[in-house]
Amino acid sequence: MQEKHEEHWDIIVDAKKHRLSLNIAELWRYRDLIFQFAKRDIATAYNQTILGPLWFLIQPLLTAILFRFVFHGIANIKTDPIPGMLFYLSGLTIWNYFSTCFLATSNTFVANTAIFGKVYFPRLVTPLSKVISGLFIFGAQLILFLCFLAYFAVFHTNGFEIHFSIYLLLIPYLLIVMGGLGLGTGIIISSLTTKYRDLSYLVAFGVQLLMFTTTVIYPLPTAHTSRLLVLANPMSPIIESFRYAFFQVGDFNWMALAYSSVFMIVTLFIGMLLFNRIEKSFMDTV
Amino acid sequence: MTETVIKLEDISKQYRLGQIGTGTLSHDVNRWWHKMRGKEDPYLKIGEVNVHEKKGESNYVWALRDINFDVKQGESLAIIGKNGAGKSTLLKILSRVTGPTTGRFKVKGRIASLLEVGTGFHTELTGRENVFMNGAILGMTRNEITRKFDEIVAFSGIERYIDTPAKRYSSGMLVRLAFAVAAHLDSEILIADEVLAVGDAEFQKKCLGKMKDVTGEGKTVLFVSHSMPAVRSFCKTAVLLRNGTVAMSGEVEEVIKEYMMLGSNDNPNIKSFSPPLHIANNAQLHSISLYQPGKSIVEPLAIDEPVIIEADLELGEVPQGKYYHITYLFKGDEGNVLFISGSGMTDNISIDKPGRQKVKCFVPANFFNAGTFYISFQFVENRNKVIIREEDIINLVMIEGERQLGAWMGHAPGFLKPKFQWTNEPVITT
Repeated sequence: MQEKHEEHWDIIVDAKKHRLSLNIAELWRYRDLIFQFAKRDIATAYNQTILGPLWFLIQPLLTAILFRFVFHGIANIKTDPIPGMLFYLSGLTIWNYFSTCFLATSNTFVANTAIFGKVYFPRLVTPLSKVISGLFIFGAQLILFLCFLAYFAVFHTNGFEIHFSIYLLLIPYLLIVMGGLGLGTGIIISSLTTKYRDLSYLVAFGVQLLMFTTTVIYPLPTAHTSRLLVLANPMSPIIESFRYAFFQVGDFNWMALAYSSVFMIVTLFIGMLLFNRIEKSFMDTV
Repeated sequence: MTETVIKLEDISKQYRLGQIGTGTLSHDVNRWWHKMRGKEDPYLKIGEVNVHEKKGESNYVWALRDINFDVKQGESLAIIGKNGAGKSTLLKILSRVTGPTTGRFKVKGRIASLLEVGTGFHTELTGRENVFMNGAILGMTRNEITRKFDEIVAFSGIERYIDTPAKRYSSGMLVRLAFAVAAHLDSEILIADEVLAVGDAEFQKKCLGKMKDVTGEGKTVLFVSHSMPAVRSFCKTAVLLRNGTVAMSGEVEEVIKEYMMLGSNDNPNIKSFSPPLHIANNAQLHSISLYQPGKSIVEPLAIDEPVIIEADLELGEVPQGKYYHITYLFKGDEGNVLFISGSGMTDNISIDKPGRQKVKCFVPANFFNAGTFYISFQFVENRNKVIIREEDIINLVMIEGERQLGAWMGHAPGFLKPKFQWTNEPVITT
């Protein structure tokens, strides 16, 4: 008996088809799971520690103080007219969000083998939840930065004056680009590490190396001849834009920001492509 | 006509043996090179049937090969087979944990899998948080879980601990909570794998009852289990997997029978000796066999039916005044003798006539517990002299009998499970 009409099937799995199937509808159905995971990550991150979530703040604070001491104090890299502490904190706040997203998503498959091996849900849920829980940490660190900003503004330390600019409205967009970059690069790495573990060793210190090619610790003009290298890092324009929004100094231009955005879209696309391929078979190779 | 809700077409799954990593890059490059030229993956042509015992030619094996079957709406289908037959791989593919190497399958409706209950439980979270977490992992929305929360907690029977972190739970409590969540999924298809292995009798009863309800509601269930009583009482149809292929499918009793006879060429219930075993100057043992009355020798031995231990022996001339007896020693897993039984304990037989004869020992029904017994054979002269003792001459493997639905499906401790006579008499007090 011939089937006259095409039958409706809810799930079709075919070994031959490797098309890019980003199933947004399915992802949307699992939105609660994304938030559950994010909530769990935050709730259990600093369990059994005395300072608890304060660690989210201590870490950038100590790093900023160290940078202030080493680069500002010893190496004598001038950050004028921005006070050193604010300069480093602003850079770190932004950079930390990217590195959190990147590091947390880069071991998606390896870290979740146990759960992925037992139950199906769109695998993209896990890296997405990391990007969202990262947002929470970013929020905490942003508040820390704003506290310092307020302090410097009120006491006019180092003759600092605060100006609010329209560019502050760019911050949500910067967050999206950063999250996208972290997610894109993270899932590329996580897809590749399922088979070749070598990459996971590269990631941890790679992120640190990467930071030195951005303007987290020095203003762009001091980069001199390496200016192009610094600008090639898609994170640099974001950091510059962030600082420009608060201090109206720095190297902000729309072209650079567009470059970062395009870079993000390309990495995300490649990431999705790889992720899609790997999620079907990684259980056998991980 | 009922609708087909799961359709498998030529599903195969290939695994690579050995270390992943050595030579992977070269294989990947080779694979990619073939693909670029529009040729078939060279590694799909090789690979062998998945036979665990033998060492194969290549490093690729087919855990599943060309699996085809349909599952109808409301059907409760058992998937049975020996360890390594491909059951778990098949379930993993169906629950989309891993993809097939070739072939495709189609499904109508949502699939919920209970491959291992409690996935995603985080011990630092409370029971309540875990219910939401676990529910979300299984594909429920927040609203759905909120709506069913009370029902879930009531089913699990741990209301009192619901706001306590899961790390304070006993393992039984964890499993009960996890199963409760899974059991309340609103899915059209349920995949269950050995979920009955957990929990106490009362909870198992609850679980089976729940699964029975689920099929009653017209849901489709795929059930993998090694517990034949559970399979029997729960499923009407079954698929038998053997070395990654479908060996048989159809009505559950037929398939179970076939499953029990797997490997019957090498029947463990008979031990033949050729040449015959010398047990005395004038006596030879041809074989020892185990069977149940009215059943063929290849069938497994169920504890709720009598067992016959049959010694096929041949006696030469018996000197005047001599007679013989057989004694069996039943040993457990640890090699200690659990009990013995000999023909010399009765007066109604003795072995003293020349010629070939079958000496039968009848063990009543409901005597053994399920398990393996190692039987040693002793040939005794005149009730006082052991002529020969053959250690572990044959293994007696007893399996569970049929049980009623709702009865406990687990394995009772101990090596015997005799059915005694019990009474209950009222005591009249004045």
